[in-house]
Amino acid sequence: MTPKNLFQKVWEAHSVKALSNGQTQLFVGRHLIHEVTSPQAFGMLREKGLPVRYPERTFATVDHIVPTNESSEPYSDPLADAMIKELRKNCEDFGVTFFDVSTGKQGIVHVVGPEQGLTQPGMTIACGDSHTSTHGAFGAIAFGIGTSQVRDLLATQTMALGKLKVRRIEVNGDLAPGVYAKDVILHIIRKLGVNGGTGYAYEYAGDVFDRFTMEERMTVCNMSIEGGARAGYVNPDETTFEYIKGRPYAPKGDDWEKAVENWRSFASDEGCDYDDIISIRAQEIPPTVTWGINPGQAIGVDESIPSPDKVAEDEKAGTVEALEYMKLTPGIPLEGTPIDVAFVGSCTNGRISDLEEVAKHLNGQKVKDGVHAIVVPGSQIVSQMAVEKGLDKVFINAGFEWRAAGCSMCLAMNPDKLIGDQLCASSSNRNFKGRQGSPTGRTMLMSPVMVAAAAITGQITDARKVFQN
Amino acid sequence: MPLAKINQVSGTAVYVPGDDIDTDRIIPARFMKCVTFDGLGEYLFHDVRFDEQGRKKDHSLNDDKFVDSSIMLSGKNFGCGSSREHAPQSLYRAGFRAIIAGNFAEIFFGNSINLGIPCVGMDAEDRASLAQWIEANAETQVTVDVDLLQVRAGNLTLPCKMRAGARDSLLNGAWDPLDELLSVSSEVDQVAKQLNYV
Repeated sequence: MTPKNLFQKVWEAHSVKALSNGQTQLFVGRHLIHEVTSPQAFGMLREKGLPVRYPERTFATVDHIVPTNESSEPYSDPLADAMIKELRKNCEDFGVTFFDVSTGKQGIVHVVGPEQGLTQPGMTIACGDSHTSTHGAFGAIAFGIGTSQVRDLLATQTMALGKLKVRRIEVNGDLAPGVYAKDVILHIIRKLGVNGGTGYAYEYAGDVFDRFTMEERMTVCNMSIEGGARAGYVNPDETTFEYIKGRPYAPKGDDWEKAVENWRSFASDEGCDYDDIISIRAQEIPPTVTWGINPGQAIGVDESIPSPDKVAEDEKAGTVEALEYMKLTPGIPLEGTPIDVAFVGSCTNGRISDLEEVAKHLNGQKVKDGVHAIVVPGSQIVSQMAVEKGLDKVFINAGFEWRAAGCSMCLAMNPDKLIGDQLCASSSNRNFKGRQGSPTGRTMLMSPVMVAAAAITGQITDARKVFQN
Repeated sequence: MPLAKINQVSGTAVYVPGDDIDTDRIIPARFMKCVTFDGLGEYLFHDVRFDEQGRKKDHSLNDDKFVDSSIMLSGKNFGCGSSREHAPQSLYRAGFRAIIAGNFAEIFFGNSINLGIPCVGMDAEDRASLAQWIEANAETQVTVDVDLLQVRAGNLTLPCKMRAGARDSLLNGAWDPLDELLSVSSEVDQVAKQLNYV
């Protein structure tokens, strides 16, 4: 039998037929929805008089608009209040399971899926959110879709999609101390560019990924889309199975062994083909920080702000635009850039291991006067685990605000927003102009520990110098 | 109702310069708090068109001579970022029926085609000539010809490109796949049954 990669196997298992436009009708095993991109899709179903075809395959939660500092409804923002009520009604009307705020299981959709055991190897998973690539960490093919495709999935459990090419990205060797999964993906995007992944699914491999925990793998897969790749995955292994075991929607009893055997069969075969292979040495990856207005505009923490005269011709205009927006001077060291806000959270870095890692370093340290620091757990379950471990107190004692679960300051659809041209050290995934809610607000992306170091010193700093314990 | 066959789109055009124009730029997230797409056109490119006091800034989309344009010309990697359909929906609702750019982010491209908005790629040099032409001839029509893969403007005839499948779906009036997806119900059930999801 011809050896195949995971993408090919999952694709073949889920293909229904070739469509007239040359795309494939692909069956989607799990469909996740949230309040922002689903109401219009339910509206389209109602207009056409269509039911949800497989309601048991769709799961909902609410994350983008949920205020993280206010728990009782009605929310003070009437639009946000209308959106959560609309989702509640749609789930009731169409028989969809909803991890609502009252269930204790609400959270960012890409934290909730894995946490509930809904995300499993060999699946196709889709959600009206580009960071759906997160679920690829389990060896699933997971992609973000638009609202018309949410409609297609609700109505048929299938969607039209063109087959992707597969690029294997191997990272081998040892990461330097203080270098995290976030740095690995920022480095990959820096090297391959923000549209380097167009047309591809990324397969992340090599011993760094073999050693990574599931949460580290999720951080990397999460940002595949920022590198232009529609999906990103890691082949399933014992680490994957161990993480899923015992979760609410995980297979139980005799089904467990059968499932593991089936999951294992999806991993890429030895000697299979790839459309491209790229190799990166782990040792070369520094703690990485974005200085510009797209996630590829990133440098090592010890480097200087790029100068337009020294970049490639086709990057010149973009560099000038980014420097102007970010109000940065070319040639000066990145370290020492003053910050106003520090944000730990998001679907990239809002999981329990992220909070634990930061808390481990924070002990006894204080947020610099004048810095607004917030920490936002990715889900109610993450929040509860953190409280049980006493992490909330560590954060609060250090001067962070401890918030309720949600997308928060990653994207400014809730009250957590930058003001004016504030500069935010952020563990989130996008540094686009205005992304964090103020049209002139500035974002620098980095690992959660680097965010904490910036919070404590009031400026971008190599965390390894701040936390020498 | 059968979908329209989209062979070409004609209208006046506007040039929005810049590479990597992301979905947050096209429609800032704070305007996505809505349960329908109606009214999104108003917020198109909001933060580059208006200052914090809501006053109009100097931007081609605020220029009276481009106000009725239905074709947009921009730079490389247009529509990168989010999968939100709010971005092409806001373009559509602001009256745009075709987009010309260096290239497009994948999800944005797919979402736009699903709405019947042709997105064609064009080389940098040709984009520069077209931008210059538009600036000088704001009131004259531009045609994006999906069939012949060319953009015509006055004496200019410039080649453009689009993925074959997407182009076919526009030409054949099959750009919204829902009816075709709905037509093979039993095959879908069969695939669902064969999958060993536990």
